[in-house]
Amino acid sequence: MKHNLILRVVAKFLIPLMFLFALYVQFHGDFGPGGGFQAGVIFSVGIILYALVFGTDVAKQIIPSGVLKVLASLGVLIYAGTGVASLLLGSNYLNYSVLGSTQLAGQHLGIIVIELGVGMTVMSVMLIMFFAFADRDNKE
Amino acid sequence: MIEIIVDIILLTLLAIMAFAIIRMRSLFGVIMLFSGFSFLSAGLFVVMDAVDVAFTEAAVGAGISTILMLATLALTYLPNVNKEEKRPTHKPWLPLAVVLITGGLLIYGTTDIPAFGDPDAPAQKHVGPYYLEKSLPETGVPNAVTAVLASYRGFDTLGEVTVIFTAGIAVLLLLGGRRKEKQENSDET
Repeated sequence: MKHNLILRVVAKFLIPLMFLFALYVQFHGDFGPGGGFQAGVIFSVGIILYALVFGTDVAKQIIPSGVLKVLASLGVLIYAGTGVASLLLGSNYLNYSVLGSTQLAGQHLGIIVIELGVGMTVMSVMLIMFFAFADRDNKE
Repeated sequence: MIEIIVDIILLTLLAIMAFAIIRMRSLFGVIMLFSGFSFLSAGLFVVMDAVDVAFTEAAVGAGISTILMLATLALTYLPNVNKEEKRPTHKPWLPLAVVLITGGLLIYGTTDIPAFGDPDAPAQKHVGPYYLEKSLPETGVPNAVTAVLASYRGFDTLGEVTVIFTAGIAVLLLLGGRRKEKQENSDET
């Protein structure tokens, strides 16, 4: 698909919009539909579209598989770590109310942080899966 | 009124698509139809005001799953082999009977289900009212779905993220290894 001009132009136009939309869904999940899970999927789809049009090798230069593995683990770590932080601050596991000066501030901070963790893990795992499939194909 | 019309159109298309999926033998076409099926389901969820679920269905069901299934098809593709699904060698009478009986029982069961959106339904009487009343003052998050997912049911969501993480590790273990190393290992053994 590397020589398909229309695909390349449309992809170049669409991919930034997809990233922007993913970030919107990520950080606007408190107010509208969406959240870390959907944002992670949309973000990964942007990179997958890039990989489909320009080749997986080019896409891997942007986001190497080592980085993806670290990001996937870091997401879960952030989520679980938020729980541990609330434990250390003297409350129940994953009770965000103690994270901020007031209950609302703590809840808001906690929800944003764990959504970020969810988004990171989902995005990286989807890409890990896609690259695992796509690379296998190239080697045969 | 307009909702009923939209529901009828979407459900009719879903039924047509389901039959097409059963009848179609081309695996590529089936994957595309699966994607359309997911997208129609997402439309149904929107009509039912479950936008968060619809969002997930459209992104994961219609998007990522389709890509992964296409990747699997590309992975298992052999140039000389026909890409059509094999015709079954036996007559599917037993599965048909099982499906018909199960489907009949399920339809019979729907007669006892409270009407859609019924305020007296058990589902609306349990913790639902608490979340709807308290989620905004307690968490400051206007979207009750996010408040429940991220805060009240944070434990479950942590579990879900762990499941996704585990799935990623499993795929890496199964497909991520380098082929050359594998061949060397098999030579040694």
